[in-house]
Amino acid sequence: MTATAEPEVGKARLRKEDARLITGQTKWTDNIQLTGMLHMAVLRSPVAHARIRDIDCSRATTMPGVAVVLTGEDFAAEQGSLPCAWPITEDMKAPPAPALAVDQVNFAGEAVALVIADSAYRAADALAAIDVDYDELPVVLDLEEALRDNDLVHPDLGTNKSATWIYDSAEAGSGTNVEDEIASAEVVIERTFRQQRLIPAFMEPRSVVVDPSADMFTIWSATQIPHILRWMLAAVTGIAEHKIRVIAPDVGGGFGGKLQVTPEELLCLLVARRMGRPVKWTETRTESMLSAHHGRDQIQKVTLSARRDGTVTGLKVELLADMGAYLRLVTPGIPILGAFMFNAIYKFAAYRFVCTNVFTNKVPTDAYRGAGRPEATFAIERMMDELAVELGMDPMKIREMNWIKHEEFPFNTVAGLTYDSGNYEAATARAMELFDYESMREEQQRRRSSGDPVQLGIGISTYTEMCGLAPSRVLGALRYAAGGWETASIRMLPTGKVEVITGTSPHGQGHETVWSQIVADRLGVPFEDVEVLHGDTASSHKGMDSYGSRSLAVGGTALVHAADKVLAKARTLAAHMMECDEADVEFASGSFSVRGTSTVRTLGDVVLAAHVAHDLPEGMEPGMDADATFDPDNFSFPHGTHLCAAEVDTQTGMVKIRLYVAVDDVGTVVNPLIVDGQVHGGLAQGIAQALFEEAVHDEMGTLTTATLADYLVPSAADLPGFITARTSTPATSNPLGAKGVGEAGTIASTPAVVNAVLDAVRHMGVRDIEMPCSPERVWNALQGRAADASAPAAGGLGSIDAQGGQS
Amino acid sequence: MHISVNVDGVTYADEVEPRLLLVHYLRERLSKTGTVVGCDTGNCGACTVHLDGHSVKSCQMFAVQANGHEVTTIEGLARDGRLHPVQEAFRSNHALQCGFCTPGMIMQAIDLLADESDPDDETVRKGLEGNLCRCTGYQNIVRAVQDAAQRMKPGAGPKIEQHSDENIAAKQPVGGE
Repeated sequence: MTATAEPEVGKARLRKEDARLITGQTKWTDNIQLTGMLHMAVLRSPVAHARIRDIDCSRATTMPGVAVVLTGEDFAAEQGSLPCAWPITEDMKAPPAPALAVDQVNFAGEAVALVIADSAYRAADALAAIDVDYDELPVVLDLEEALRDNDLVHPDLGTNKSATWIYDSAEAGSGTNVEDEIASAEVVIERTFRQQRLIPAFMEPRSVVVDPSADMFTIWSATQIPHILRWMLAAVTGIAEHKIRVIAPDVGGGFGGKLQVTPEELLCLLVARRMGRPVKWTETRTESMLSAHHGRDQIQKVTLSARRDGTVTGLKVELLADMGAYLRLVTPGIPILGAFMFNAIYKFAAYRFVCTNVFTNKVPTDAYRGAGRPEATFAIERMMDELAVELGMDPMKIREMNWIKHEEFPFNTVAGLTYDSGNYEAATARAMELFDYESMREEQQRRRSSGDPVQLGIGISTYTEMCGLAPSRVLGALRYAAGGWETASIRMLPTGKVEVITGTSPHGQGHETVWSQIVADRLGVPFEDVEVLHGDTASSHKGMDSYGSRSLAVGGTALVHAADKVLAKARTLAAHMMECDEADVEFASGSFSVRGTSTVRTLGDVVLAAHVAHDLPEGMEPGMDADATFDPDNFSFPHGTHLCAAEVDTQTGMVKIRLYVAVDDVGTVVNPLIVDGQVHGGLAQGIAQALFEEAVHDEMGTLTTATLADYLVPSAADLPGFITARTSTPATSNPLGAKGVGEAGTIASTPAVVNAVLDAVRHMGVRDIEMPCSPERVWNALQGRAADASAPAAGGLGSIDAQGGQS
Repeated sequence: MHISVNVDGVTYADEVEPRLLLVHYLRERLSKTGTVVGCDTGNCGACTVHLDGHSVKSCQMFAVQANGHEVTTIEGLARDGRLHPVQEAFRSNHALQCGFCTPGMIMQAIDLLADESDPDDETVRKGLEGNLCRCTGYQNIVRAVQDAAQRMKPGAGPKIEQHSDENIAAKQPVGGE
């Protein structure tokens, strides 16, 4: 229902947030300066696996400005273990995860000592004066080698295998037995794909300030999850939860990388408690890359069975997932979020998913934009192309004959989910039109026939994903420790202005704008009259924060419900004020009226009446505020069709994206400007995985891509312009009809690009190119040989698969 | 060492350590926290400011190197409560999300537009190559810079951006209007 003269939902409102961001008035955590504040610097292990024999802090302690130097031993009794909230199986092996290493380091970059000084410069100076004596241990880097258990990351666990998680459609009753399908299939395709390790690379480095004064620990942190952080810090330290206040001020990007309870957050809190003074820590970029969690890093063995006519029948997925050295907040569950998505939009009869989580001496992995779902989408979309090649069919035709038709929704999938809505035909038709698919194919043929040194490839990704995390009962069934609801409050102020309190925690998504639009639309108040408060546990006392494309579908819905509660009460009071039956009260454009009369009370009149409470109906409480908490009963399922035309220079291996068309169905759009922006940014990150980015470790386990000079976050010059469009089939799982858009672009785009690159050079004998498809890798593949595994650009020995090039 | 630096129109005289980076001088001594630090290798450009009207990465300079010079930061662009046309264009074109790269991106865009009054897509992309954004995929940033070019015709913009071209500045209107 729209209560404004013009609908606010769907309007391309400019963002409220921008006024401070474009003028430098932003409140970043690192801006905070408090009286008496100390600065923390962290000494990090240069080696990937070693026993700590001795740490000599004597020189550092006497350096100018140094208040204290602390090691793991100083905190051994109080630091506990950093939380892992997702034990995916009952028998999952999890090592203790100290924030500050006590007697052993397990990855290069792990924190081993702290300097607390009166300035950041002096704290950093003293780091160089700490002497650590390491007794080095064998380094475990390669996933398959790790599984052999010759050398162990955590000897006490007795194995490098953390857990094995299985979904089987025959056992679950959602489909047939995959081995039967494979045994009886006319075509079986088996491929192994490598999901290289990525670094989230949010632009704002992490920063924490803890103020222990006034009988309260006030923590500012560049985090996506102030509420979860407060809960977990209380659980780990034993500090009473009501004595901790967490504030996420303006936060400069996250992409899952700030969905974490970090060692440094815990350490700042412990140091502030010990010193009785405020403490700040702000990381350098290299620290961020060495110690903030990484993403992806899987080996995917995929077997697909089909009939000769192109009908798919069975899908078997065997994953090895690199946990790194420790299980952070949701590390083990990331590949499991992909488990339900490998079957994607296609009607497989049978599905089996087996994931083995493995420890290595590398930075822990955890959520990064898409978290499990980009990996799944990559694998299935690559496989559909492989099947098309095998059968000599057009890759779009083969998708079309296997996807769920629009009239088949709601559809129960072989992975046990129910897709509520979608129209793959509509999104594909629009994308094919914008892309001019047929003429692109003709040009491709011309270039092939003429032997053009620059070949053209067309890549397709007809993706779906599950987001709007998440129904609490499903999270419980998956052994996740928390719920997936979200909450919102509306405070109707006596002058008619509105304060909204949300449990979501935006860090670039524009919730202040979009939440204002939702309230304006619902209550008929001016957009400008709504203020959105978030990211402070003192004002927003509960919430599940922002990740998993959940904020609008879940948090926005909570807000709709809160607004409806305001309206319901206001209607009762309006009827009382206008001395009529409630059934005769109409509400439009922010005013109540009596049907068939000219009697009118504005919402503002009613709110004031409720506030002064001079004359309320019998039993009505003063005030017009309302709270609502929403727990979705299903995920939401954005989908779309992405088409990529890539030019590959066969003489240099250089890939250039000539045209990228993304047609996405994200359900109802509240603000098209923001939705387009989310898609653009998502595409950039997905394309970056396909072409540019890779976290590379050398054979000693040292991260050799620990600066933005070595880790190739694309610049404007590296990326193309995008053509974006939308189709819309509203979600049925929430009253807004919103599906979520934060991750879709990233999930969809990686396979579209790699499929395009392969399509350009497949006729020259290339069967596969590992990501990132750097010029060197593409060129080597064209020469019919694997890339030089020792060259950083092509993946070092520390990468999970050093084969490179062709399979 | 003693330095005297004009920042956003105000002259400051300070004792600083020779090793103090300009960006830390701005942020911690002058509380000009609009300028931010995104990396330590000069790759991300988040710390971009203007030194005598030209863009520099303030994490790659010592404060003492700014002695006797004029520094303009994102906080010095708006004049009399009116935004610079590039700021306005960034907002109108949704060229920012988290906004962390935005101050540096705007400062670099202004520098680019001083050289290129009507840049095409590729010129903008190459001109911003030293400034990374992780949120926007750059599409709306490119649009915003081109939009700003139109807004700034025929060569408006704050006076402080133009003093290296005195002859032009003398003839043309100044300020963000």
